[in-house]
Amino acid sequence: MSALTFTLKGPLEQRLNVSSLTLDHLKDLDIAAIKTLSLPLGNRSMALQDLFLVEGQDPSEIVFRGKTHKLDKIGQGMTSGMIRVEGDAGSYLGMHMKGGEIRVKGSIDAYGACEMRNGLILIEGHAGDFLGAALPGNKKGMAGGIVHVKGNVGARAGDHMRRGALVIDGHAGDYLGARMTAGTIALLGQSGRYLGYAMGRGTLLLAKPPQEILPTFQDCGTHTLGFIPLLLKSFEGLESPLSGMSGRLKRVHRYAGDVSSLGKGEILIAAG
Amino acid sequence: MIKNGVTIDQTFAEAFPMRATRIIITAHNAKWAMIAATAMTGFATSVIACGCEAGIEREMGPEETPDGRPGVAVLLFAMGGKTLAKQLETRAGQCVLTAPTTALFSGLQEGDPIPLGKNLRFFGDGFQISKKISDRRYWRVPVMDGEFLTEETTGMVSAVGGGNFLILAESQSEALAACEAAIEAMKKIPRVIMPFPGGVVRSGSKVGSKYKALNASTNDAFCPTLKGQTHSELSPEIESVMEIVIDGLTQEDIQKAMRVGMEAVCALGAPAGIRRISAGNYGGKLGPFLFHLQEIMA
Repeated sequence: MSALTFTLKGPLEQRLNVSSLTLDHLKDLDIAAIKTLSLPLGNRSMALQDLFLVEGQDPSEIVFRGKTHKLDKIGQGMTSGMIRVEGDAGSYLGMHMKGGEIRVKGSIDAYGACEMRNGLILIEGHAGDFLGAALPGNKKGMAGGIVHVKGNVGARAGDHMRRGALVIDGHAGDYLGARMTAGTIALLGQSGRYLGYAMGRGTLLLAKPPQEILPTFQDCGTHTLGFIPLLLKSFEGLESPLSGMSGRLKRVHRYAGDVSSLGKGEILIAAG
Repeated sequence: MIKNGVTIDQTFAEAFPMRATRIIITAHNAKWAMIAATAMTGFATSVIACGCEAGIEREMGPEETPDGRPGVAVLLFAMGGKTLAKQLETRAGQCVLTAPTTALFSGLQEGDPIPLGKNLRFFGDGFQISKKISDRRYWRVPVMDGEFLTEETTGMVSAVGGGNFLILAESQSEALAACEAAIEAMKKIPRVIMPFPGGVVRSGSKVGSKYKALNASTNDAFCPTLKGQTHSELSPEIESVMEIVIDGLTQEDIQKAMRVGMEAVCALGAPAGIRRISAGNYGGKLGPFLFHLQEIMA
């Protein structure tokens, strides 16, 4: 069976919520039933067949095509299957995701992977603000899985993050890993200001020295840490340059903080 | 059955069910991984008084270990899960955590999880750090040489303990040489250990004793100095008997190890003073697993 493909018939003027287009929701529906599904578009609803051209049958692989940058909540809460976006994606991609895989050819908007529980998200372009964060007002962000962004990420990536890994090949905006409870963020490019602000636990692994280290982080010296090769090995399937950097990241300079919070987090900076 | 002048008795070794786990110790170099593994498997010859039976399964190259450093695989066996967990924790805490540069990983993913670093982490006094990598949890415990990295749990499986065979020779030195040859060959078999010193036991036991407090006592039927004094199994030319005990993850693993061990003994044969191979047959008192020597060598 070929992948179930949704091709937008034209550009969208309003945001379209496609959270119901996952394997979990579609596995028991035939194509006719799928075509008549009602999708929230802005402040109204529209039938799926009026918005998308539907091809293929296999909901275990779902493909979005066309001007997809206004599709919100792609893969929300999905537990299995694969979703491919052959362009940009909107906000809340992979929100509450529990398993499976999402691959995006382009860039995504804000709150990607927010409160994600497990699974894999691969972004070939850039990601907006609050990647892997908690929803506004919530205190528990991403709690498992891996998100790999080949481009840059916006501000507050990993805000309130609890577990799992963000692997960022490009640069990061301000407040990277702010208020982290645990988990790992690996960054190949340059980080913004207020790195690790108020982080309680967790690890920020940086391939490049940051512009600044907050005064609430304490210098713990340069060390060879045994868990880093294991961590980098777990990134091997990601096509990230980080996975092959065990030599360069063999020794790291460790800063512990943020002492304005619990103070048991760490910033590890490649030292040679 | 006679092979190269060695009579293989029509008898069987009796073995019993155990619980087992495998752990992997890595270190800065192979020397320190081996030092930690040797310490951890010390005083672990018999469950009769040691709590567990443990041994080094094999050395591992950097490409085989989780953290890319040289390592050693260790197997531990005990009569029950609780005892095994306790022994593992005590030994890991005193012999691996303490050994310079070491890290400790699970060597068995299957079976029931038992704590490996789960409780050792408290040595970190609140400075320990948890890392979940690829669905496996690790603990980073700060220690004076850097960090002690340990996996949280390892797997515990049902296993078999007490596979054995006896080597009957014309002299002590010939019995020892045959044992050494057997152990050298058996060390190459995976998933088994020979827990006694150097793999060899000279004080083979029978079940029970004339003293009520003891569960086991000397196997008088195979003691050469008692030939005229007890109901002996030994013919006049036998002057020394030594035993090799094998614990394995499965019955098949033990069979394989027994076969290569007995083949090595038979290769030396009668010209090297080896007269018989027998086994610890306790008439069904010891356990449900029977290893018939002649079937294994057929």
